[in-house]
Amino acid sequence: MMKKTLTIDAKGMHYTPLNKEIRAAIKDGVTEIILENINGQRFIGNGLRGKDLTIIINGVPGGDLCMFMSGPTCIVHANAEHAPGNTMDRGKIYIHGTAGDAVAHSMRGGEVYVRDSIGYRGGIHMKEYKDKCPVLVVGEYARAFLGEYMAGGILIVLGRGKDQPPVDERGVGTGIHGGELYIRGEVPDHLLGIGAEKKPFTEDDREKIRPYIEKYCREFGVDEPELFSDEYVHIGPSSARPFAGKYCWE
Amino acid sequence: MPIGSVPPKYKVTIDKDLCMLCERCIENCPYGTFRREGNKIQIFSRACTGCHRCIAMCPRDAISLQEKPIDYRSHPVWSREAREAIYNQAQTGKIVLTGMGNALNVPQIFDRLLLDACQVTNPSIDPLREPMELRTYIGKKPRKLTIDKTPEGDIDLVTKLAPNLKCETPIMIAHMSYGAISLNAQLSLARGAAEEKTFMGTGEGGLHESLYPYQDNMIVQIASGRFGVDIDYLERGAAIEIKIGQGAKPGIGGHLPGEKVDESVSKTRMIPPFSDAISPAPHHDIYSIEDLSQLVRSLKEATEWKKPVFVKIAAVHNVAAIAAGIARSSADAVVIDGFRGGTGTAPRVFRDHVGIPIEAAIAAVDAKLNEQGIRNEVSVIASGGIRDSADVTKAIALGADSVYIGTAALVSLGCRVCGNCYRGLCPWGIATQREDLTARIDPDIMYKNVSNLIHGWTLEISELMGAAGINSIESLRGNRDRLRGYMLDENILSVLDVKTVGADV
Repeated sequence: MMKKTLTIDAKGMHYTPLNKEIRAAIKDGVTEIILENINGQRFIGNGLRGKDLTIIINGVPGGDLCMFMSGPTCIVHANAEHAPGNTMDRGKIYIHGTAGDAVAHSMRGGEVYVRDSIGYRGGIHMKEYKDKCPVLVVGEYARAFLGEYMAGGILIVLGRGKDQPPVDERGVGTGIHGGELYIRGEVPDHLLGIGAEKKPFTEDDREKIRPYIEKYCREFGVDEPELFSDEYVHIGPSSARPFAGKYCWE
Repeated sequence: MPIGSVPPKYKVTIDKDLCMLCERCIENCPYGTFRREGNKIQIFSRACTGCHRCIAMCPRDAISLQEKPIDYRSHPVWSREAREAIYNQAQTGKIVLTGMGNALNVPQIFDRLLLDACQVTNPSIDPLREPMELRTYIGKKPRKLTIDKTPEGDIDLVTKLAPNLKCETPIMIAHMSYGAISLNAQLSLARGAAEEKTFMGTGEGGLHESLYPYQDNMIVQIASGRFGVDIDYLERGAAIEIKIGQGAKPGIGGHLPGEKVDESVSKTRMIPPFSDAISPAPHHDIYSIEDLSQLVRSLKEATEWKKPVFVKIAAVHNVAAIAAGIARSSADAVVIDGFRGGTGTAPRVFRDHVGIPIEAAIAAVDAKLNEQGIRNEVSVIASGGIRDSADVTKAIALGADSVYIGTAALVSLGCRVCGNCYRGLCPWGIATQREDLTARIDPDIMYKNVSNLIHGWTLEISELMGAAGINSIESLRGNRDRLRGYMLDENILSVLDVKTVGADV
């Protein structure tokens, strides 16, 4: 497929005309869209389809980046705001910086890579279905309530933060009933939420997360062999039905 | 500690002179109440749920059913339900779950509101000979219209109108998901709604492909679990509804147990088969009214501002302020669900005790939106315990644009409100996924029950309006002067903004 690039200067632009321009460009056969001077525009890439499309964002996008997206790749050369990858179905997001709260919220498929750290509730309620298995990779560290209510998918925290544990706040995996967390570094037991438990980190697990770490390193130009050789804390559900024991019938 | 069994709820008897041992009762009861023993049908009354399926199917009317054949010592405070919940919890230590709506004998404000009719001084209207306008548009209405005159003398509308749903009746069918109810039940409801040119909600269970033919009459729901939600789903719906809360269980999430997630339900919800579908209590991307606004706009961006977006909340204490916030969030309609609203499963204490009645909520929301001058920004859809066309008419007179009916629509499919939806064995083929049971609903026949119900109610509403001298639903909306309170106290009357019976006009 021929590569066709379009650059949009988004300086001072509202998100609706911006998204309209993006959609028009896709209709026009553009395969790479470069957005310059992005400064807080929300909803960029919402609901877009097609796997041959790449959106490059120069500047800080606003919340709900690529929500409901199904296919394209989005590269952000800055930090991102609240909930990038929200309810995403397919596609990839690479964030060259940090991201806010609820990253990859309810994501069903696709991959989100954050070079640095993320806020609260990262990967909350990620789920998987058939061949769709969402992946969230965080380079440095995550705040509280990481992977809460997870119903599927893979959440990796590489713990690259200097003098900063990968997660040192509570509620890790509360209510998790599917999927896996892999965290490099120490995760004290008392940080685990109800329903989450530590599992052995096997060679199979290592193989499973390897391709995603490779993609992380490639995209962000990281060369740290220890990311592949170090031990990870593997956290999964203690039961597929964390709430089953709470109820009785009338 | 064993405390023995509680008394059976029902006693089933068969008149042996009438019974012809056809065994239809045995076939029809999935709970195992009946079995054949020689020349006799043996009855195990304790298994009975009072669903009436056997009674409806007995060709000889041979079956009798008695409720509470053995009751407790009567006591004004210690009801049977209160005592039995304690026995249950003393043995389990758990939260008691129930089905259907509020089971307390709470006063129905609707029954204490009376409608008006014309006599002598203003003639009533006969809908047979006069046009009655029941068409209802759900969505934003412009504050004012700007028009342009073309050189040819034509008039062009300059104001850009927001997308609205066009319903030929103010009655829509509430969100009941595939999983909570069967596909055949959903198909009947969808076709019935389409037939009457109105709409029905998908619930949070995705949209099964066999419903695609009715997608133009379906409102797709996005709730905290985001089950079945992708861009195709959003684009298929005629409108999108964000579910924040539900009248039967305000403030808590939902939980479809894994055993109800069969292959087909799993495909529609997009979750693995037999896994629990857990909807968290809040949407974890909405922690404030600003976040809600972000989700509303995100849905609109994703669907290119072509779809109205509704926000459904349970009627709770500060419902009016919340609705005002929603009206400012770019949402097109606010759905308020009162505390008598139904559900497949809810904790007993929530179902019976949390939230406020829909009547008060409609009036409070309508008043607040009017007071702030933003009533045109959203339509108000009311739901939760609407039983007949009189309730619909009163809800509209209190200030609603339209209503959702849930339980009433299921009753049109045979539901007897036995309240055992959570068992997954619904003998009427509604709240079940068991194939032999769901086959009891043939959507090609049963859709007619649904459309008949909506049609009948719509006729009644036009008669009630005509009797009151009103020929357009718009003149009924918020027309509290056409209501009078009967044995309601002053505080309620003031909240409802309704005068008492006998008051001067």
